[in-house]
Amino acid sequence: MLRDITLGQYYPAESVIHRLDPRVKLLGTLIFLTSLFITKSFYGYIPALLFLIFIIKASKVPFSFMVRGMKAIAFLLVFSVVLNLFLTQGDVVFTWWKLKITKQGIQTAGFMAIRLTFLIIGSSVMTLTTTPNNLTDGLEKGLGFLKIIHVPVHEISMMMSIALRFIPILMEETDKIMKAQMARGADFDSGNMFKRVKALVPLLVPLFVSAFRRANDLAMAMEARCYRGGEGRTKMKPLKYHRRDAIGYLILALYLGVIIALRILLK
Amino acid sequence: MSIIVNHLTYRYNPGTAMESTALDDINLKIEDGEFIGLIGHTGSGKSTLVQQLNGILKPTSGGVYVDGADIGDDGYDLKKLRGEVGLVFQYPEHQLFETDVFKDVCFGPKNLGLTQKETELRAYEALKQVGIADEYFYQSPFDLSGGQKRRVAIAGVLAMKPKVLILDEPTAGLDPKGRDELLDKLTSIRQDTGCTIILVSHSMEDVARYADRIVVMHKGRIAFDDTPMEVFKHRDELKEMGLGVPGITETMYKLKDAGFPVSTDIITVDTAVTEIMKVLGR
Repeated sequence: MLRDITLGQYYPAESVIHRLDPRVKLLGTLIFLTSLFITKSFYGYIPALLFLIFIIKASKVPFSFMVRGMKAIAFLLVFSVVLNLFLTQGDVVFTWWKLKITKQGIQTAGFMAIRLTFLIIGSSVMTLTTTPNNLTDGLEKGLGFLKIIHVPVHEISMMMSIALRFIPILMEETDKIMKAQMARGADFDSGNMFKRVKALVPLLVPLFVSAFRRANDLAMAMEARCYRGGEGRTKMKPLKYHRRDAIGYLILALYLGVIIALRILLK
Repeated sequence: MSIIVNHLTYRYNPGTAMESTALDDINLKIEDGEFIGLIGHTGSGKSTLVQQLNGILKPTSGGVYVDGADIGDDGYDLKKLRGEVGLVFQYPEHQLFETDVFKDVCFGPKNLGLTQKETELRAYEALKQVGIADEYFYQSPFDLSGGQKRRVAIAGVLAMKPKVLILDEPTAGLDPKGRDELLDKLTSIRQDTGCTIILVSHSMEDVARYADRIVVMHKGRIAFDDTPMEVFKHRDELKEMGLGVPGITETMYKLKDAGFPVSTDIITVDTAVTEIMKVLGR
């Protein structure tokens, strides 16, 4: 089950989207997500859909990978669609027993489904095409202006990249400890709720211990290499804008323009 | 308790782009009371193989038969099997979790469904077998030294009274003294209980000294399966696999190359001394 989580998963491929500067991709994702909430009519989602298809095609990531991320939120999606469908007040179009479906309900539920789907796919395009390191680099540089008001941007992005880096390691560790306890007769998948929760203790305690040990080792290793935070720190591969990034920004501006125009025109 | 591994193949992540064959058509028969050294380069499939023997991993094809029964059958009592085929993982101290040493060792026998009294009796016995003194019994396992933690973790498996004890690189990260102590303990445990021991190791010296049969794994296949004396005759092949022969055997080869008419069928220091003395005519 843990392995289904595609958050932060990177899909290596050779594409323009992969090579784009992470700042372009971060801003692009932000604009795309905002555009989903600006639009008030179904027609407004046509450019969003086209834009998404264009990006997915350009990224060369198989579509099945995007859908995998959807599985995790399938429940949330169905839940919110059903709630909106039945609980929105308005002109009734269909009644069955005590349940009423209204015109407004269908509309809100439809919006909700489209928004959530696009939101997840849109943000997974970014994580699938950007390595975690690149992503945090982009965040650090892109949010650099916040340093003026004393936001520790470097520290935050460092914490983020370490956290992302540790996900696969801890997953592997969980697997190992689980096997070791199974060899001692531990049973993780039978019994009632209470029993199962209790069975997790022999798994969670060693996992926490090892997480702390790893964190401690890492801190030591960083100090041994004189890490002292972001002040005056240089990068081996500093982020630099290229022509393709300018084109990327241009396309984004164009997309944003279309969305705003549609919003004004299709009142 | 005999274990037969029959045409066993195991692939990680079958059906995906990350598919890789870890074990390829393995055939093996393990008899009662043997001391087997399982050696191989990193990634040769040693650890994967031992995890098949107590049903933690399921073969992609082929099977494992314990006392004639296929452990992959539906309804086979895997919990009981794991009590009988005790597997000590690499760095077993990472699995400790209880508030005190004694409770932690009780975890295994308790899972087997034994009575409180029997559980405690076995835990006490197991801790004595690995040489943990009484005063440590009620300390937190996290306060012990590295070598002590390792021994407590091994006691956790021993307390289930396995008929086959498998240890996956039990000496990794121990100092020479700790290593010798641990291996000597294993020999005495074997003498006391008559259990079969499978020792997964990187160290040619250790297996040459303790094992009476050596299985060499290479790229998911069994390359050699014979007595230490026979296996270490394949010096060049072993070197190609990134393994080699015990240091003392290597020394005998070098002596021979230098013109001394010594035998190279030697795997322990004692026999080497006798041989060299004989050749020197003393």
